[in-house]
Amino acid sequence: MTVWLAIAWTALGCYLVKLLGLAIPAGALERPVVRRLAALLPVALLAALTVLQTLDDGGAPVLDARALGLAAAGVALLLRAPFLLVVAVAVVVTAGTRALGG
Amino acid sequence: MTEPATEGAPLGASPPPAALPTPPPPAPGRDGAADDVRGTVRDALGVGIAVGLSGFAFGVTAVSGGLSVPQACVLSLLVFTGASQFALVSALAAGGNPFTAAAGAFFLGVRNCFYGLRLSTLLALPRRVRPLAAHWVIDETSVVALAQPGRRLARVGFAVTGLSLYLCWNLTTLFGALGAGSIGDPEAWGLDVAGPAVFLALLAPMLRGTVERATAALAVLIAVGCLPLLPAGVPVLAAALAAPLVLCGAALRRGGRAAPAAREADR
Repeated sequence: MTVWLAIAWTALGCYLVKLLGLAIPAGALERPVVRRLAALLPVALLAALTVLQTLDDGGAPVLDARALGLAAAGVALLLRAPFLLVVAVAVVVTAGTRALGG
Repeated sequence: MTEPATEGAPLGASPPPAALPTPPPPAPGRDGAADDVRGTVRDALGVGIAVGLSGFAFGVTAVSGGLSVPQACVLSLLVFTGASQFALVSALAAGGNPFTAAAGAFFLGVRNCFYGLRLSTLLALPRRVRPLAAHWVIDETSVVALAQPGRRLARVGFAVTGLSLYLCWNLTTLFGALGAGSIGDPEAWGLDVAGPAVFLALLAPMLRGTVERATAALAVLIAVGCLPLLPAGVPVLAAALAAPLVLCGAALRRGGRAAPAAREADR
């Protein structure tokens, strides 16, 4: 039930901010500080999410096959690989490392 | 008005948009206009289908993280903004409080508000269409629409990207969610890194400037530092503080050299 509640809140919140952007008069939120903050917020969140989901092992940071997979994805990004390939490289390298007992 | 998304609107999944060919200059004749539309449709379909396919990873991640198939599908149908969906699912899987989890997903979705601001003047949608169109205001549709030369092509780009991505994302979510049970242990297949890999791919194109890199670095430090101390889901929210902190730091440094208000207004 709590999961449905979280889904409902997320769906409602995410929809309302999308609608807000389309509905309010242009320029109302276009203040430079607000815009800069809105651009930086996803940077902070995505960086934190990436690292936490790669290192978190039940509340403690751990370097394992996931880190290797993500590093490979990083290399793929540097080589300008397309989106799906980046994800695929991470998955394959992680699975391969685990299959080899890493 | 048709400038590509800049710092105010961070790019989403960059590789597809980055691979977009430069839009051809507007041709005077009718054939030229038809070519323009075809080009826009082609680019939009490319982005919509390529990114839409990653809904498969989402479906698998959601179900192996403990969600039911209907829950995974409802997320894709009603939330329809990938980073928020992955964030919610992983926070719940880590045993986070549902409100903390929803808050993290919501904050990631706030950027869509700023896409909407830019799209509303560009697309000039009729009032009654807005509630429907709003659901498709995400990274990919915005990037495609903002890259088009003119309102008509921007509308075509927005609609085609939105429709193809919505259909593709929801279908692949369903298949991924249904298939999750039959592939055995998702960790053996390395599918638990699909989420972070998606985040990294979304993040990479945003790291263009010093401020962005400093924010990312500080966010990582805060997140990892808080991980053993705070309950699941909260370290991510704590890391969001990196954005205002770095912004303040940057303003203070500029303030040492020039009037901060004037400089800030220039940006």
